[in-house]
Amino acid sequence: MQFILSNEDLMMRDLFRKFTENEVEPIAAEVDENEEFPVETVKKMTKLGMLGIPYPREYGGAGGTYWQYINFVEELACACATTSVVVSAHTSLCASPIYEFGTEEQKKKYLIPLAKGEKLGAFGLTEPNAGTDAAGQQTTAVRDGDYYILNGSKIFITNAGYADVYIVMAMTDRAKGLKGISAFIVEKEFEGFSVGKKEKKMGIRGSSTCELIFEDCKVPAENLLGSEGKGFKIAMMTLDGGRIGIAAQALGIAQGAYNEAVKYVKERKQFGRSIAAFQNTQFQIADMKTKIEAARFMVYSAAYKKQLKQPYAQDAAMAKLMAAEVAMEVTTKAVQLFGGYGYTREYPVERMMRDAKITEIYEGTSEVQRMVISASELK
Amino acid sequence: MKIVVCIKQVPDTNEVKLDPKTGTLIRDGVPSIINPDDKAGLEAALRLKDEFGAHITVITMGPPQAKIALQEAYAMGADRVILLTDRVFAGADTLATSTTIASALKKLEYDLVITGRQAIDGDTAQVGPQIAEHLSLPQISYVSKFDHKGDHAIVKRTFEDGFQTIKVKYPCLITALAELNEARYMSVAGVVDANRSLEIETWSFSDIDAAPEKMGLKGSPTKVKKSFTKGVKQAGKVIEGTPKEVATALVDKLQEKFII
Repeated sequence: MQFILSNEDLMMRDLFRKFTENEVEPIAAEVDENEEFPVETVKKMTKLGMLGIPYPREYGGAGGTYWQYINFVEELACACATTSVVVSAHTSLCASPIYEFGTEEQKKKYLIPLAKGEKLGAFGLTEPNAGTDAAGQQTTAVRDGDYYILNGSKIFITNAGYADVYIVMAMTDRAKGLKGISAFIVEKEFEGFSVGKKEKKMGIRGSSTCELIFEDCKVPAENLLGSEGKGFKIAMMTLDGGRIGIAAQALGIAQGAYNEAVKYVKERKQFGRSIAAFQNTQFQIADMKTKIEAARFMVYSAAYKKQLKQPYAQDAAMAKLMAAEVAMEVTTKAVQLFGGYGYTREYPVERMMRDAKITEIYEGTSEVQRMVISASELK
Repeated sequence: MKIVVCIKQVPDTNEVKLDPKTGTLIRDGVPSIINPDDKAGLEAALRLKDEFGAHITVITMGPPQAKIALQEAYAMGADRVILLTDRVFAGADTLATSTTIASALKKLEYDLVITGRQAIDGDTAQVGPQIAEHLSLPQISYVSKFDHKGDHAIVKRTFEDGFQTIKVKYPCLITALAELNEARYMSVAGVVDANRSLEIETWSFSDIDAAPEKMGLKGSPTKVKKSFTKGVKQAGKVIEGTPKEVATALVDKLQEKFII
């Protein structure tokens, strides 16, 4: 196993860091405070080809590598978890299944504008009664001539309201259970589709998380992704990839909080010296750094395996489990090192701690990751 | 329109430290960047390309690792990049550098040559104007605004105490101030291409027509006798009081030190 960054990777990381430092970090607190979707940042990313990093040029992408995409999510999350999840949900959850499972026509019609960033993507699987238990899907799709008619609703959908294209799971044959679920490409303009209530959240407050409502929503039959009954498989494979994105987000949040903590403990003086001079601080910093590096190796390992088209589902689950828990631990420690100031919005670490929590929950809770990891060990 | 932009790879002086013993820059581990004034010059060229269409050639003289600066220029949108590198060019002062670059420019077609005002690792501001002299081009230095108007340009030169607005016909050479614009980012696809498909043209001494004694250390009349860091002065003193008291105290102090 090798983690040697090429000149291309280093240039890319440099670009991502500068972009984050100049365009993302200065507005991160505002995005959180005002629950403001970073529309302008998305436009800037579009211009630079950052919304289709791993996809080939023929499909509108930048022709970069999967690791580079993952590194972008990581670098963004160092400053703003909201912005990173916008990119991750768009790239991993919407563009990816079309690239992996779409027909040539679907790729031309949807992947090209998505990868160019002209359109934003989202993914809808979760329902009020179908979270971890995805088989409990209530949304139905009934074939009617050249259309499928969708009825039901989805909740907690990232990018909802701002996305133009949604990958939506619905039951085409309830009797078949998981094998009765199908995936559809839904455009925001389709008749019978609407975006419902927006959630007020603890963290990633600038990201838009809403309900999707389907009321006799007419979806052309050619927008069926894969074949009927393949929806669950598509969703699970998509989430395997998505988890690497969220793992990178968690890693970035941890790194961001760590960077803030290192800066602060050198400046903050108590008892006549900087708090960095105290052994407790030194040990906390050592533990934070060690855990972040461990998570980084796991995230990059999963990303490289996906890039090399090797099996990576278990690696992705382990990377997400590890990185999410490290993010929670590191951000909590960072707030503690900041003391009272860390609890205020004067410093970014409280935001990072609130943002970290979601990485243990979405795209498979930490419990789901443990299920995935152990399943392949105990079969 | 054909534009040639001359750039220099420099150590990022925000990150650089001086060796207290020798007074020289510690370059190890310091990231290299495109000199900020040069980058503004490149951005000016790219904006002309966006608006009016242009072919941009970027040229740099330096060691082989300067190719990274050219890759960055390409990833920002330059069309062709040339690295001038040869042992014969090494140790050049501004005169030898401008002689070498001007010799290379004679091999290229251009309507406009853009250089940065000065490099942050030398601060001489001489190479751009010297290139113009070698090529007998009109030169406008310290450019803070550039408007293309067909066969000529309206250019603003900014000084510490004022500015000039000048109309200049092509071909000409301008030296750009970093304040001219805010340089764009590399694009993701640009970075990919700069690493996978870009062929950096490498020109050595044999590719340009110039006398070897005019280049590198041999062609450099500048001799550095000694470089040193100015010693630390004692801390300043603030005199407080009414203007009259302060003036009196100041006069006393200056007389005490036999300055007045």
